[in-house]
Amino acid sequence: MTTVDHVKGKAAAEAQPEGIRQSMSWLHTWAGLLLGWVLYAMFMTGTLAFFRDEITAYMKPEVQVQAVTSDQAMITGVRYLQTHAPDALRWFVMPYSDRDPVIEVSYQKPGKTGRGSFQRVQLDPATGEAVQSRETRGGDFFYRFHYELEMGYPWGRWLASIAGMFMLVAIISGIITHKKIFKDFFTFRPGKGGQRSWMDGHNALSVLGLPFHLMITFSGLMLFMIMVMPAGIYAMYETPNQFTADAYPSFASKPRTNVPAPMAPIENMITQANTAWGGASVGRVTVNHPGDSAMTVSLTRLVSERVSYGRLPPSMIFNGVTGEVTSASENDSAIMTTVGTIVGLHLGKFAKPWLRWLYFIVSLAGTAMVASGLVLWVAKRRQKAGKDAANRFSLRLVDSLNSGTIAGLLIAMPVFFLANRLLPVDLPDHANWEVKLFLWSWGAAFVYGFVRQRQAWRDLNALAGLLFLSVPIVNALTTSRHLGQSLPAQDWVMAGFDLTMIASGIFCVWLSWKVSRHKAKAPAAVKPKAAPRAAPQAASAASGEASAMAKSAAVAPGTSTAAKAPPTAAAPAVAPPVKTAAAAPPERRDDALPPASAYQPR
Amino acid sequence: MRAPAPGASWGWYRVAVFSRAIAAIFGGYAAASASAACLAVWLPVSRVDAVTAGLTLSFVTYTCVVLWVFAVRDAWRAWKGVLWPIAVFGGLFALKRWVLGV
Repeated sequence: MTTVDHVKGKAAAEAQPEGIRQSMSWLHTWAGLLLGWVLYAMFMTGTLAFFRDEITAYMKPEVQVQAVTSDQAMITGVRYLQTHAPDALRWFVMPYSDRDPVIEVSYQKPGKTGRGSFQRVQLDPATGEAVQSRETRGGDFFYRFHYELEMGYPWGRWLASIAGMFMLVAIISGIITHKKIFKDFFTFRPGKGGQRSWMDGHNALSVLGLPFHLMITFSGLMLFMIMVMPAGIYAMYETPNQFTADAYPSFASKPRTNVPAPMAPIENMITQANTAWGGASVGRVTVNHPGDSAMTVSLTRLVSERVSYGRLPPSMIFNGVTGEVTSASENDSAIMTTVGTIVGLHLGKFAKPWLRWLYFIVSLAGTAMVASGLVLWVAKRRQKAGKDAANRFSLRLVDSLNSGTIAGLLIAMPVFFLANRLLPVDLPDHANWEVKLFLWSWGAAFVYGFVRQRQAWRDLNALAGLLFLSVPIVNALTTSRHLGQSLPAQDWVMAGFDLTMIASGIFCVWLSWKVSRHKAKAPAAVKPKAAPRAAPQAASAASGEASAMAKSAAVAPGTSTAAKAPPTAAAPAVAPPVKTAAAAPPERRDDALPPASAYQPR
Repeated sequence: MRAPAPGASWGWYRVAVFSRAIAAIFGGYAAASASAACLAVWLPVSRVDAVTAGLTLSFVTYTCVVLWVFAVRDAWRAWKGVLWPIAVFGGLFALKRWVLGV
């Protein structure tokens, strides 16, 4: 991201015909800004979705069960359905995960259609009996929000895919813009924070996580490519459904015969599948027409065992009465395996705890990359506008959108978790109330961002911090699985969640404190060094991606006040090392951006 | 793209940006679709594999076209960079689909 083409000064006009870097910088800026808020929300909720199962487990604190093997879970699930739903049209034992060890089964009741016809039950793996819990969407909420944004099908998926395309363009153009990408990767100059400017934060977040950012963006586009790029399918198929049927052999079953027949032992089918798959486990079971002589049983391989399974791991279909294999699918052509691997990397289902944390942290860096880019857009222009900044509609608009979206989501997330604990457990529609409170609190933060623009960053971050910190406290007051209990018991889901809340809370409070310190100091910028100190300090404090995000986020609002200060007050702060935009050689200007608050209005 | 030179008209600049945005978003989509269709009929692998590869690579086409549109100096070149891939991929697709037969 260079500043060159944004500087409507003489230097830019005198530069040679527009170079590739300038044009790519322009593209990076606008491709990043236009859907930046959508991308931020997608990145943040997608980050949480890596801990989807753990979040779900945390949000059902009354369910305390021990994990079993996936094969055993399948057997337990089918047993329950045989006893409790013999008349159902179809049985499902949902994909099992030892990260949220409750077994989930569902069945389709006869005589009904649509969503209401499905009954879901959660089972304790040890007893095989149903367990009750509060109604919640848990981590699934973030997972679905990540690509549907609470919009109806297919609008959310389209918007997510379009935003993904913008992101891909922003990343590639950002790489081209950043000319010293390789050198910077191996350069760390903590002492030079001031000169290098806080834009380094955005660069560091982007460059360090670049392989991940590229992978996650491109693979995200793969997820809905059948929907968004149908031309390639119509070239060879009549309809997209034919293609899907070809790519992923379906479980099409024969019609019911209405002749009752008993089911062959599920254990034997699972053993056959284990053998056929070289010892691999079964992760999901679907039974069509249970109890009928046309019964079919399809066993799907455990998705977390291989990266390349993506969304649709191989499956085997059995005759449910005789227990014989009728068909087996494993499309392992090079192309299918490649695409499966790309998709599998996106979903990260294969990741074991340490890798999962790495996913989480790099993905947080991606979130911070988007957030810092948005903040940067405002900060740069504010600097150029000088005392005029307060009157610029575009700056006020984007700044308010930024605080409402970025800090607003940081408020909505803990509200969602608090609602889970504080709403009465037996409240009808408990799950929907959690979602409503999430959206309402985000909306309220959004309004606040517009109404009290100057205080918004400080206040919203402070509130977010307090809400995050209150989650473990409320958890301790409402359940028995608090840190005092979960840590000694090595209950890592509960303890890890609470500790992450505390870390997030401290981070948000620190962010708010950083912002308010700027607010307080900026008017006193008459004293040299007072205002521009922010950048170097934040830079030297930057030890991880989180603090780097803070750096950009914290400095930007400070910038506003500094820029709004009268020229006489701001001028002394410019003092020694700053080159004005016009004086700096064009080649270097992107790196030599003066500290935000040191701009000298002309 | 860059901001207009001093003295140049902002009105024209906006038209130019708009024209390129249209070329990039819709022209790029058309080029991506054409490349997906072209690869789907030409790749010497099974039908389902060819279609899947075509879909996957179409996003690469899309990205390249968008970058091209905003990288070149004038709008005419930008539009040429959109129309050429559409013509080439589309032509190859038509040749295979309707002349040679798949």
